[in-house]
Amino acid sequence: MALLDIDEKILGVAAIADIAFWPIAVDTKLKDVEAMPDKSITLTLYNGAIRNSENEHVAKLLRQKSALVVAFGSCACFGGIPGLANVTNKKDLQDYVYNKTFTSVNPQGTIPQPKWDGPEGELTLPVMYDTVLTLEDVIDVDYFMPGCPPTTDQINGFLDVVTKHLTEGAALPPKGAVIASQKTLCDECGRTKEVTTIDKIVMPYEIKIDPKKCMLEQGIICLGPATRAGCGAKCLEGNQPCRGCFGPTAEVLDQGGSMLSALASIFKTADNETQLSEDEILELMTQIKDPLGTFYAFTMPKSIIKRKVKEKKAVTQ
Amino acid sequence: MSTQQGTSPAAVTATTEGQFEPKIIAFCCNWCSYAGADLAGVSRLQMPTNFLVLRAMCSARVDPEFVLRAFAKGADGVLVLGCHPADCHYIGGNYRTRRRIALLKMLLEQYGLDPDRLHLEWVSASEGVKFQSTIKDFTEKIREMGPNPLKEAEEESARVQGEPHH
Repeated sequence: MALLDIDEKILGVAAIADIAFWPIAVDTKLKDVEAMPDKSITLTLYNGAIRNSENEHVAKLLRQKSALVVAFGSCACFGGIPGLANVTNKKDLQDYVYNKTFTSVNPQGTIPQPKWDGPEGELTLPVMYDTVLTLEDVIDVDYFMPGCPPTTDQINGFLDVVTKHLTEGAALPPKGAVIASQKTLCDECGRTKEVTTIDKIVMPYEIKIDPKKCMLEQGIICLGPATRAGCGAKCLEGNQPCRGCFGPTAEVLDQGGSMLSALASIFKTADNETQLSEDEILELMTQIKDPLGTFYAFTMPKSIIKRKVKEKKAVTQ
Repeated sequence: MSTQQGTSPAAVTATTEGQFEPKIIAFCCNWCSYAGADLAGVSRLQMPTNFLVLRAMCSARVDPEFVLRAFAKGADGVLVLGCHPADCHYIGGNYRTRRRIALLKMLLEQYGLDPDRLHLEWVSASEGVKFQSTIKDFTEKIREMGPNPLKEAEEESARVQGEPHH
């Protein structure tokens, strides 16, 4: 869909390229792609995380048939918001959806099965995975274009590079390049920053947000300091804090850890700091209600600890 | 340094067959806790050898990423040791650390890990005995908790994902 956002430029795409497979816009079937020679597709923009066997199959097929594969959007790059499903697992999810919601009536406990032998023959469904994976987890990826969605500038810029490569033989970016900036979002943000400490966290609706002042300075959690630039700080122009869809910066592995560090550091230290107990500090930090959901909104499957685990032994307090 | 004698990385892995030996990473700040660990060593204080010391210039230099990575790589427990409040060589590094560790514990809990696998302690250069007791107590605590669940989860996830495709 993001690709359609480039408006009339899409005609330029049609001028230089035949569309091989685009389920949302054209009617090509998977078997048509299967029949194509290897590497015959110049460029694949793969969007979405890898959540089931069908996703993985399509990703592997497109890798085989394409010269270049781009992880297109935050889901393909980092797992995206669906990646937050890694706080649970397949069994609990299915159990909730099919048995436990208020409106569920399922006395036989029927849940989707990957195979069913019917009179028409064997019917199959994709196998849902326990863990949401990124595209890079299952295939070799040439470029990464983060963003939820990627911006038209990123798409146009990259399409220009590929067009130049095809028509004039210009060099492509180095493999593994991220089609965005090397800096943090704060670099692109036009808001002014004066103080460096805060004493409390507020939700955006709790205050009248000053459109010129740094969000963090106003006590609103903004992932700018831990997020890669390249979007032009559009959300911030719209008076919304950054939620981190461009993922971690080049020098950082874990966006959440990076934001955690930044946020903990800007909390004001009091004059009576030496008298404060660990419990009081914990209370200060519990102003941040959901660190995992806030700091890893788009990147949990790509984080250092990729999914929730379970302690074997009961927690001893 | 003395406390490190005989504590090669190999020695930190399981020693006795079948018995769980915790692997512990201890980040020590250069100015207080590392000197405290050294004092414990030169004083020949006895303590379990399940830990590896990593020296950082300040406890605030211990990026949350380091801690998460230690757990992801199989550490069963992580200790962060710094200067007492008001004693930080960099004035207020340990205050930042304190906030970060509190937040990190919340995060670890959300990831399903026991937050007590991460522990922050103030150990000064003159507190060799405190270093010893911190190591002893923490090792015991981790021994009771059992292995880091991330190790097992990794194997399990590989198995579940490996279901045959149609």
